Amino acid sequence: MDDDIEAPRRHAERYEHLGQHTMIVVKNVTKRFGDTLAVDNLSFEVKPGLVTGFLGPNGAGKSTTMRMILGLDRPTSGEITINGRRYADQVAPLHEIGSLLEARAIHPGRSAYNHLLALATTTGVPRSRVDEVLDVVGLTSVAHRRAGAFSLGMGQRLGIAGALLADPEVVMLDEPANGLDPEGIVWIRTLLQSLAAAGRTVFVSSHLISEMALTADHLIIVGRGALIADLPVSELTNGVTDVVSVRSPAARELRSLLLDDGVQVTSADDPEELEITGLTAEQIGRRAFDARIPLYELSPHAVSLEQAFMDLTHESVQYISGSEQKAAA
Amino acid sequence: MSTDTLAPESSVTVPTARLTGLAVTMPRVIKSEWIKFRTVRSTVITVLAGVFIIIALGALAAAVASGAVAQPTGPGGGGGGGFANGSDPTATSLAGSVLAQLIFAVVGVLAITNEFSNGMIRTYFAAVPQRLPVLWAKVIVVGVLVSVVSVLASFVAFFLGQAIMSSGVTPADPGVLRAVIGSGLYLGGIAVLGVAVGSLLRHTAGTISLLIASLVIIPQLIGALLPSSWVDTITPYLPSNAGAAFTSVTPTGSLLSSGAGAAVFVAWIVVLLGVAAWRMQHKDA
Repeated sequence: MDDDIEAPRRHAERYEHLGQHTMIVVKNVTKRFGDTLAVDNLSFEVKPGLVTGFLGPNGAGKSTTMRMILGLDRPTSGEITINGRRYADQVAPLHEIGSLLEARAIHPGRSAYNHLLALATTTGVPRSRVDEVLDVVGLTSVAHRRAGAFSLGMGQRLGIAGALLADPEVVMLDEPANGLDPEGIVWIRTLLQSLAAAGRTVFVSSHLISEMALTADHLIIVGRGALIADLPVSELTNGVTDVVSVRSPAARELRSLLLDDGVQVTSADDPEELEITGLTAEQIGRRAFDARIPLYELSPHAVSLEQAFMDLTHESVQYISGSEQKAAA
Repeated sequence: MSTDTLAPESSVTVPTARLTGLAVTMPRVIKSEWIKFRTVRSTVITVLAGVFIIIALGALAAAVASGAVAQPTGPGGGGGGGFANGSDPTATSLAGSVLAQLIFAVVGVLAITNEFSNGMIRTYFAAVPQRLPVLWAKVIVVGVLVSVVSVLASFVAFFLGQAIMSSGVTPADPGVLRAVIGSGLYLGGIAVLGVAVGSLLRHTAGTISLLIASLVIIPQLIGALLPSSWVDTITPYLPSNAGAAFTSVTPTGSLLSSGAGAAVFVAWIVVLLGVAAWRMQHKDA
């Protein structure tokens, strides 16, 4: 436990000489697969002590970017560094960045323990650490069973154990919540936040804003391979105005009463209904009361995170169903 | 998994390990490959099957030969080279190699294509970003293991076969020791060839088909399809016939000399490994 308390300090000391506190730096990275532009001039930085969510619709280039961070795919142009070094130049790569890209990337005939042992051996991590990470992810009891029999959720846990093996400064996980049951999702959320609280850099991708809103401190949002937003979670809904629905028998009167600079009033199909932006429910209620206009309904709609995310990424969604296209037209 | 390990907690403690000296080194990668090799039951079984084939088929061929007295069974087919040469007691006792080469080729192929098909190779390339150490480690583990096991099995097959045939041939006879050891090393080389072609093609079925075709079918086919002057020029340089040149006690007229055969066989391996290494280093995983 002392270790955990000391971790941020040790971490800071370790990277002091680099004169920077950014662990993953992606700079003007573009990746083409033939004619397909998978990642489009993407630049962002991931900082320690925070959970950074990497968010975007399916096919937005998240996995490709993560593969490039690990040197598995080569950027067509641009540069990526981890803790100040290109991945191919890392001396102890698993100690710098632990990652989970594909949960089922295991030989089905090999046990979880042996899978981790083989991985640990490449970089001199002792057997005792293999037992330790198996315990952290809760797989101790099935450690010697063939991994082919594992569920997707157990595969995710094994992958996370592999990521933690060499006690890395940076932890990078691609869609770790996939296949986990609700308890597993709470567990992974707590794990990621604990890692960040201990001063580590945590970078985790997801296509679900609701999950990221609960887990992440910071968001990097991409669509069609390009950066859409790079902002703290708390700012995601800023700048998106709330809407107030009003129903009144004197809707026309109310409309002219409320119309003002910065206030927008739209009528719905029902002539008694109005949608108002630019005023709070309290302001509308007060003015209606002063003008003796009766109100049957006065309900503010906070714009949901989902809505904010969809507004941001709508242009860049790659696969849209026919009915959605018609609705959009 | 019991439910209490899954219960949500307010924080998850990840023990920090204070690990030091975590550089990736060649010996560590070799050790890791060895762990991977021995912890999959199918590889272990396949290697044992190869050993069994070398010894059992050798003994069977020896029994048949001794029953049929000393009648030569005819000039060995072009492709089989020394392996099929029934008139030579050493070759008879090593007859299992012809089949064993396919089994050990599969051992080499699976050591790498399996990891491409299940995605493990990417986990390992992330652990060893220079990539080539992974290829060399596989070559060393597969090559050394199959060579050692095959040389030992070849000796067992040789002594067993000579005893069955009461041939009186000993390793001290000219060319015999070279043929027995060469036969084992040839199989080690074939396994390495499997690793090389497997890492080039990345697909299990395709690689195995190609290897069977080039080790067994093409040598036969060439004789049937090409003009005989071409056949004489090309055939001795095929991997299986280059191998036959140093695995038979006295290479037949159409084969290269033992030394030249060994050199050609090694050249095949080196060239294919070189291309495999280039591809591994320069292509996306």
